[in-house]
Amino acid sequence: MDDPGQISEYGKILLMAIIGIVLVSATILLARVLSPKNPNPIKLSTYECGEETTGTSWVQFNPRFYVIALIFLLFDVELIFIFPWATVFGNADFIAVDHRWGWFTLIEMGIFLGILIIGLLYVWKSGDISWIKPTHQRPSVPVAIPASAYDQLNAKEYSIKDYKEQDIKEELAEKAASPVKMGFKPKFKKPSSES
Amino acid sequence: MSLDQQLQQNNGVIIAKMDDLLNWARLSSMWPISFGIACCAIEMMGAMAATYDLDRLGVFPRPSPRQSDVMIIAGTVTFKMASRIKKLYEQMPDPKYVISMGSCSNCGGPYWQHGYHVVKGVDKIIPVDVYVQGCPPRPEALIGAFLELQKKIEEQSLLKGDIFPMAVEQ
Repeated sequence: MDDPGQISEYGKILLMAIIGIVLVSATILLARVLSPKNPNPIKLSTYECGEETTGTSWVQFNPRFYVIALIFLLFDVELIFIFPWATVFGNADFIAVDHRWGWFTLIEMGIFLGILIIGLLYVWKSGDISWIKPTHQRPSVPVAIPASAYDQLNAKEYSIKDYKEQDIKEELAEKAASPVKMGFKPKFKKPSSES
Repeated sequence: MSLDQQLQQNNGVIIAKMDDLLNWARLSSMWPISFGIACCAIEMMGAMAATYDLDRLGVFPRPSPRQSDVMIIAGTVTFKMASRIKKLYEQMPDPKYVISMGSCSNCGGPYWQHGYHVVKGVDKIIPVDVYVQGCPPRPEALIGAFLELQKKIEEQSLLKGDIFPMAVEQ
């Protein structure tokens, strides 16, 4: 180990790192040199399954999804552990060797799931998976006028003129007979009048 | 002498032209962009799955056109789809190849006469390298198409500018 001709364990890691960096950068450089380049505007456009991109990608997600996603991730990982367990749990060979194998693994997985279920209960209890809905508060201004003062006004019915084709025709004829004057007098600036 | 023969005969030492080496690398890893338009895609999936195992030819579907070399047009190309296909084709890096799979994409297939909505052959919008006949073609036919494409790539030369004469001039 003290022999300077020998590479220490750290030296091996250093060598691996150097070789790794050189290999990766050499490959990328080689590809850069050899690969044909043929860019055009369509090729450089954003890939979105062949669709035209619309809108901005900087959309805001509701933070409520974040907590749910975090809890989902926990149980997603749990599933990964259950799958390998399930392959050896019912193994007939292991049970034949020791009949306690099935019970042992079952209890083991029960403890594992139990810890996670306690975690879920905790999350549930602390209200993190309940979809928080804000309670809307209607702002009110204290005024002395009671709502009943408006009752008469609200109950009032407004009669709408019943238009029929005949009436419209007559009305149009009347309008045509007496053209409406313009509400203003148009003025035109002439370049000669200025100065 | 091919590269495989050299590997066996010359104690594993291979002497090759750069072009041959590049072509060997390219034809051994033809990655198609994974999308299927119609029923031909079912046969394409069958060809890629365990029974026919296209993976042994290095054919491995990619989720993005940026990583893919081959485009398999597996199905009926409608006018609505045509613009998407064109865009996806343009987004693939060069050199790129197209396999037209099945009658629909070859010439319009059963929609040839009365299909108001079908492009009568995908070669009307993008250049096609290999046509596969059938409606739909069997997986063997698709594998055959890849073998044909391998032959085509083998004869090309990236460095001499067979594919991109423009690139060499620059």
